[in-house]
Amino acid sequence: MKMIRSMVLVSGDSLSLERGAEQVLQALQNEIQAFGLSDEVSVMMIGDVGRHDALPMVIVYPEAAVYGPVRPEDVHYLVEEHLYKGRIANDLLAPVRELSGRIAWVAARKGTLPAEQRIVLRRVGLINPDDIEEYILHDGYTALGKVLTEMTPNEVIEEIKKSGLRGRGGAGFPTGAKWSFVAREKSAKKYIICNADESEPGTFKDRIILEGDPHSIIEAMAIAGYAVGADEGYIYVRGEYLLAQERLRRAIEQAREMGFLGKNIFGTDFSFDIHIHTGAGAYICGEETALIESIEGKRGQPRSRPPFPTTYGLWGKPTVVNNVETLANVPPIVLNGADWYRRFGTPSSPGTKVYTILGNVNVTGVIEVPMGITLREVINIYAKGMKGGAAFKLAQTGGSSGSLIPASLQDTPMDFDSYAKAGVALGSGALLICDENTCVVDLVKVLMNFFRKESCGKCNPCRIGTQRAYEIMCAIAEGRGKMEDLDQLLWLSENMYLLSNCGLGQTAGTPIKDMLKHFRAEVEAHIALHVCPTGVCKIKAFA
Amino acid sequence: MPTIKSLDDLKRIREEALAKRKAKTTSGQVQITVAMGTCGIAAGARDTMKAILETIAEKNLEGIIVTQTGCIGLCEREPIVQITVGDQPKVTYGKVTPEVARRILEEHVLKGQVVQDHVVPL
Ligand SMILES: Cc1cc2nc3c(=O)[nH]c(=O)nc-3n(C[C@H](O)[C@H](O)[C@H](O)COP(=O)(O)O)c2cc1C
Ligand code: SF4
Repeated sequence: MKMIRSMVLVSGDSLSLERGAEQVLQALQNEIQAFGLSDEVSVMMIGDVGRHDALPMVIVYPEAAVYGPVRPEDVHYLVEEHLYKGRIANDLLAPVRELSGRIAWVAARKGTLPAEQRIVLRRVGLINPDDIEEYILHDGYTALGKVLTEMTPNEVIEEIKKSGLRGRGGAGFPTGAKWSFVAREKSAKKYIICNADESEPGTFKDRIILEGDPHSIIEAMAIAGYAVGADEGYIYVRGEYLLAQERLRRAIEQAREMGFLGKNIFGTDFSFDIHIHTGAGAYICGEETALIESIEGKRGQPRSRPPFPTTYGLWGKPTVVNNVETLANVPPIVLNGADWYRRFGTPSSPGTKVYTILGNVNVTGVIEVPMGITLREVINIYAKGMKGGAAFKLAQTGGSSGSLIPASLQDTPMDFDSYAKAGVALGSGALLICDENTCVVDLVKVLMNFFRKESCGKCNPCRIGTQRAYEIMCAIAEGRGKMEDLDQLLWLSENMYLLSNCGLGQTAGTPIKDMLKHFRAEVEAHIALHVCPTGVCKIKAFA
Repeated sequence: MPTIKSLDDLKRIREEALAKRKAKTTSGQVQITVAMGTCGIAAGARDTMKAILETIAEKNLEGIIVTQTGCIGLCEREPIVQITVGDQPKVTYGKVTPEVARRILEEHVLKGQVVQDHVVPL
């Protein structure tokens, strides 16, 4: 079996090509073969690498060594030193420079890429989650102590703003700004809610955090409470997460016993306590206003906005709703400072992101990597390549409401802004990697089935639109589709986007649009030729 | 449990915990950590844990601490068990069925021989 230990990328933008990138690629392939490394090292040409001062560039992973400008005659030495002997060929390295975008995190790591960069997960898998002493041993509750005894609420908010932390629940809203909206409300009662409903199919990053490091969420919620002036918090945990609930309950009890929750925390006049509320299996209750309704004991349906929860939230009081992963970033930021945090990730999306990797790859699981890493890197380095050597077809990000990422976007940095610019969404952190044997029609059909079942039914465009979209997808999959159906699908997704009340309806059409943008030929084959190119859809022969 | 009233209290607790842990490693104590996230449990971590505890009881082994932790991110290799003997580096094992767990206790913990075919390179 091939076991790829290194990946070599050659920059392939127009300037690099003009300067001989093709010859460098060819030389790399020859040398790698000559050294007998073909089974261990993969070489490929990618697009623009994000900087243009030393082209053509050669980047070698996992060390993330950036070489450039590389001439064909340098290649023998480069391969011998780096790939054969395993030392960085220092004299060929590109000048270290403040980078933006795609390889910014390479600079952040000063030319080396560790296995992963763990901030949120630094204690997960290391400590016993049921033992508060182990949490304290690993710096636990120090950030809370620091905040309560050395910082004003305003200073805390400023630090979070400066860190550039953005919400990890899917939308990427700046956390510091959200907190400041609640802080400036003049209300005697405010709430902090941790959104742990995590119902996006394939996403389980929050569960890993809750099960492995429950105290970090408690600490972060107390810090948020102090910053905005709230004395009560709720953790809304997905109903199926029994183990997470059990560990949170135990953690809250221990925190109360030791005085991290309750009255006069750290001897100050700040008081804070947390309740757990469990969901009952509805996806829509992850939407923040539906979640609030659900805590209030009502039917879980999104409210109309404005007013937003920051002014009119739980029981009408100003409320912060933050995702689990967002909160887990707070104590380390407070402890190490915003400047430290900004060393990871990209300028517009600092920090790390926890991804759950699933699908047709060799290694599935959870990783935490700096923002700005690319899909190709995730697949080749962390997921150890596609299963059975099959070709990559598409990735579905962020559970069902994310985007379909085609192969052409494999080298786009995964951060909020770069993805938005490319017209796709990063979502909540699930990466479903699909190979060439996946039928896009079948995939989108399954997604539409999900939306039609999970739509809460409050507004017509979403309730009826998702149902119609599902019916049309079924028709196409069964060979009954017509070309006009494709226009109908686009019309539906546009109207759902424009007219729906909440994010569910607004994003339900995204996979349809992506499908027709990137894989239209495959869809048309189902309709016009009555064949499913991958053989997944069982189309009956023409009657 | 003591109540924390200041940063100094917290520091003291941490130092006590640190001292406790040092005492453990210098006395050559064995620590067995079973990853018990949902993924681990689904893959059979509870049976593995049971087998470890039973074997320890059967053989009257002493000086072994068995604890649990969350998912370390390698859901595919679950159940995962980590062994630390004294101040030696931690060894991570993957796909530890009850039988493998018994072998690890027998060979690694008792005789000091790492069970190579189940080691997960990290
Ligand atoms: C249909 C739908 C489902 C959602 N599900 C979740 C969820 O499971 N977990 C979550 O944190 N946010 C979810 N959100 C986003 C929340 O509404 C909200 O934006 C988020 O909790 C804010 O936290 P953040 O700023 O820390 O990201 C969902 C949104 C929609 C529209
Ligand atoms: S968009 Fe869909 S899920 Fe959202 S409120 Fe309307 S019907 Fe409910």
